[in-house]
Amino acid sequence: MKRDRVIVVGAGHASAQLCVSLRQGGWDGEIVLVGDEPSLPYQRPPLSKTFLHGTTTLSDLLIRGPEFYEKEDVTFRHARVTGIDREAGTVALDDGDALSYDRLVLCTGARPRPLDVPGADLPGIHALRDAADIEAIRGTLRTARRAVIVGAGYIGLEAAASLRKLGIEVAVLEVADRVLQRVTAPEVSAFYDRVHREEGVDLRTGVGVAGFEGDGHVRAVRLTDGTKIPADLVVVGVGVLPNVELARDAGLAVENGIVVDEHGRTDDPRIFAAGDCANHYDARYGTRIRLECVANALEHAKAIAGAICGKQKPISALPWFWSDQYDLKLQIAGLSTGHDEVVLRGNPADGRSFACFYLADGRLIAADCVNRPKEFMFSKRAITQELSPDRALLADPDTPLISLLQTPARSAP
Amino acid sequence: MGTITFVEHDGTPHQVELEDGSSLMELATNHGVPGIDGDCGGEASCGTCHVIVDDAWITTTGTRTDLESQMVEMSPECGPNSRLACQLRASPALDGLTVHLPEFQM
Repeated sequence: MKRDRVIVVGAGHASAQLCVSLRQGGWDGEIVLVGDEPSLPYQRPPLSKTFLHGTTTLSDLLIRGPEFYEKEDVTFRHARVTGIDREAGTVALDDGDALSYDRLVLCTGARPRPLDVPGADLPGIHALRDAADIEAIRGTLRTARRAVIVGAGYIGLEAAASLRKLGIEVAVLEVADRVLQRVTAPEVSAFYDRVHREEGVDLRTGVGVAGFEGDGHVRAVRLTDGTKIPADLVVVGVGVLPNVELARDAGLAVENGIVVDEHGRTDDPRIFAAGDCANHYDARYGTRIRLECVANALEHAKAIAGAICGKQKPISALPWFWSDQYDLKLQIAGLSTGHDEVVLRGNPADGRSFACFYLADGRLIAADCVNRPKEFMFSKRAITQELSPDRALLADPDTPLISLLQTPARSAP
Repeated sequence: MGTITFVEHDGTPHQVELEDGSSLMELATNHGVPGIDGDCGGEASCGTCHVIVDDAWITTTGTRTDLESQMVEMSPECGPNSRLACQLRASPALDGLTVHLPEFQM
């Protein structure tokens, strides 16, 4: 008897979680994972850190080991999907094969936004997205002396921290007037600005890249203000573009990502989309959002597995993020968009540990926590409980956060 | 080289073969033990691999570090033997270990 088949296109965090959640949800049909990278799904966050430093290998980073896929009867195909025939219910692969599906999940991810300036294709200029990017950067580290990072978002700043740790001179360029402008409060930007300078980074904000110069290899970066910085390694981290082409060409709705409902379903009931490529309706925020983070990919995958297995579990988890730089462990709970007030616990202008709480109409909606895991875990609970904590108590380092929760958790002895 | 037992909150036991050097979180997720997520991949960033070490074993595993304390103490299910499974390395000394899973990961 023919078994039903789920095809998962792309092999990242969402894909691995789908395999787990589909089997846990009772899916006993086939699962075929089609990935255009040779590897099974691997952890991406460590790429810019331990993998760049060479202290982990790709097999260390696998989200689940090969034995998991074998045990759970998941077939991995190393191929690229070139088209979807919705009428026939098939996907075409670049090796000439076509595979039929009963359910299709698009986990196509996102690709680095290219810099459209002269010289951007010179050797020595790298993006930072997948293992192959890092392997290429690693190959240049023995001779690289001076790196220029374009973009002071999380990816750029993590790359800067990693390269500084290897003793390489690093300059960071940011076109906005402060680092992390898109995602954090000015207090948090100022903190990261200070730390990167303390760590020896030549940080320049409010300046763009006019072009790259070199002869067969990048040698310098030309800035919009006319200055020129020597460079033998350039890492570009100026955001990503969702990979929506397969969906769009198949006639599915696309608008800043593949449009899906709170179950991850597209306007074709047999097709779903998860992770960076998907723009979902979020009941908590009352709007559509597209996020680029691991937690979001995992939550999408769980919701989709629920829908496929007939156990509806809409996308509902609080988004959260993390970023490790130097000795800083940043954990972020919630989305700060729409905040009208910021409350600090600890002092970001001094030292390396504080929390920045974001409030809207008095309600806690997000928190950036630097070396403050307790504040992070508190925030996850408090935001989910929709609490409006007393601002003075929130800021007071002597007030135990646990006492501000609705149902105070039992504290350990 | 031995086994480790993960006991779900409803009492369902899962025996997993011990692999030297792996974290307990990796062992659990690679063997599909429900109730351990390990969303951050083992960086002690997410707090979704909370386990409670069996009383008989806490001296062998040791108690939690300060970082783990900060991560797990906001959980209503936190107890004196609470640890993050990603911070526990499997070794032959842990053959026979039993850990209990909370009802919810945070």
